Amino acid sequence: MQHAFEAGTLVAIIAGIVGYFVVLRRSSFAAHALSHIGFAGAAGAVLIGISPVFGLLLFTSVGGIGITALGPRASHRDVQIGTVLAFMLGLGVLFISLYTGYATEAYSILFGEILGISSLDVIVTAVAAMIILCAVAAVYRPLLFASLDEEVAEAKGLPMHMLGIVFMLLVALATSIAVQVVGVLLIFSLMVTPAAIAQRLAKQPWRALLASVIVSLLATWLGLFVAFYEPYPVSFFITSIVFIFYMVVRFIYPRIRWNPIRAQTKPLINRHYADQPCQ
Amino acid sequence: MTVTQSIAIPTTMQQEIVTAENLVAGYPGKTVWRGASFGFDRGELVAIIGPNGAGKTTLFRLLLGLQQPISGLIKIFNDQPKRGNPRIGYVPQRHIIDSETNVECLELVHLAFCGHRWGFHLSSKMGRKTALDALEAVGAAELAHQPLSVLSGGELQRVFLAEALVSNPDLLLLDEPLSSLDIRRAKELVQLVDRVVRSRNVTALLVAHDINPLLPYLDKVVYIANGKVATGKPKEVLTSERLSALYDVHVEVIRDSRGNVAIIGIEDHHGDEQ
Repeated sequence: MQHAFEAGTLVAIIAGIVGYFVVLRRSSFAAHALSHIGFAGAAGAVLIGISPVFGLLLFTSVGGIGITALGPRASHRDVQIGTVLAFMLGLGVLFISLYTGYATEAYSILFGEILGISSLDVIVTAVAAMIILCAVAAVYRPLLFASLDEEVAEAKGLPMHMLGIVFMLLVALATSIAVQVVGVLLIFSLMVTPAAIAQRLAKQPWRALLASVIVSLLATWLGLFVAFYEPYPVSFFITSIVFIFYMVVRFIYPRIRWNPIRAQTKPLINRHYADQPCQ
Repeated sequence: MTVTQSIAIPTTMQQEIVTAENLVAGYPGKTVWRGASFGFDRGELVAIIGPNGAGKTTLFRLLLGLQQPISGLIKIFNDQPKRGNPRIGYVPQRHIIDSETNVECLELVHLAFCGHRWGFHLSSKMGRKTALDALEAVGAAELAHQPLSVLSGGELQRVFLAEALVSNPDLLLLDEPLSSLDIRRAKELVQLVDRVVRSRNVTALLVAHDINPLLPYLDKVVYIANGKVATGKPKEVLTSERLSALYDVHVEVIRDSRGNVAIIGIEDHHGDEQ
């Protein structure tokens, strides 16, 4: 339980941060695909008898660079990414069937098994988390600018290709460690939804990042807490809590806020145009 | 502010912001246009017009150093175009702002000011002040804390203009800023660009579909069509004789009583073999 809490906390922080860039770059499908590519890696690692996290790291990193190699705006190439994704899932199924051990291994890769996490996994998670934090701190402003305004950033001479690769490697690393908590299939709940919630709560990137981290932390901690008393999977609780947060922010929050960030309709009269004499 | 002004060179040389001589643009195996020669001075407002696909944006890509000319000479601030020139402010065409992009305007403009710097820095007072000044300069100070996703087309263009102005450029490249605006908003934006050009003494090149909202403010016009480029003062360039001679087809330039211009006979021919 202590391992689960440590790893869960690290993963929640990282997923909240990296997830914000995923949402900003509209690359959630690429992130989703990376976790599926990681499935083959994790299954392969289990087959040869090492910790799944190493297989995840290898496959997602190679997959991330591969997606970048498809060219600029690669994260929107749904068909190509989807094709590779399906192939990798198939490969994962093969590895799992070759593995003669317990079927629970496959189950825990797909849906996460944080309670069974080892101390080695916690160390790997901590190292990966440190690397991600340092990398995000280093590329924070250029990555933010390139994500928000690609064309102007390119014209300003930002190294777009390099930033694309750095971003995909960040996603690969974050996905690899997040899979331990929520599994390959439920990666959205930590990598995308908290950031999407945060984007509705805050207009400034650093505040949104903070909100994203808080949401994923709350969901992870609450999930672990409930799972301690109830005999159901942690990932179920985490995904449910995140889902409830999302519904509240999406549908109830705009109504109770006197000045919603995202006004549903544009103002009919524009103040400063109205002020100016019309020629 | 600029270094070039302190160097003793003839006034005419010093003022020249963009020059091109016999410029040929395109991609390997396909020429988009050829034979362009022009010069734009400091503080000029220049319209670049012509049919779709004629190569208006190509000219911008050359100036931004994102594309190399096939042949000929192009100089910007008496130097080769290079990518990431801080003296250029650029507003690309069809800026897509996702409806989910909830980031406030001030942050976007601020990033245009400091987005090229590495390392973590939450927010600098000076940077935010500069960004706010840029928004103020385009009359959009009150939009500073509005998210981009709720802005109207005209408001977005103002914010993009502020984003381009924040680095205090000497040359503004505006790609179709009027395309999604109605006539009244287009007119207001043109007046704003004109104010910026006159008050800051910057040169602005503005790609447009329709020249009419721009005509009262223009210093020069570049007309790109059928692989050829005509340039000069609007009154000189936009005449039936000049365009007919250049394009070798009968072109008619018609003016109505309010001075609006219509160019007829060229757009039908465009898009053919070079």
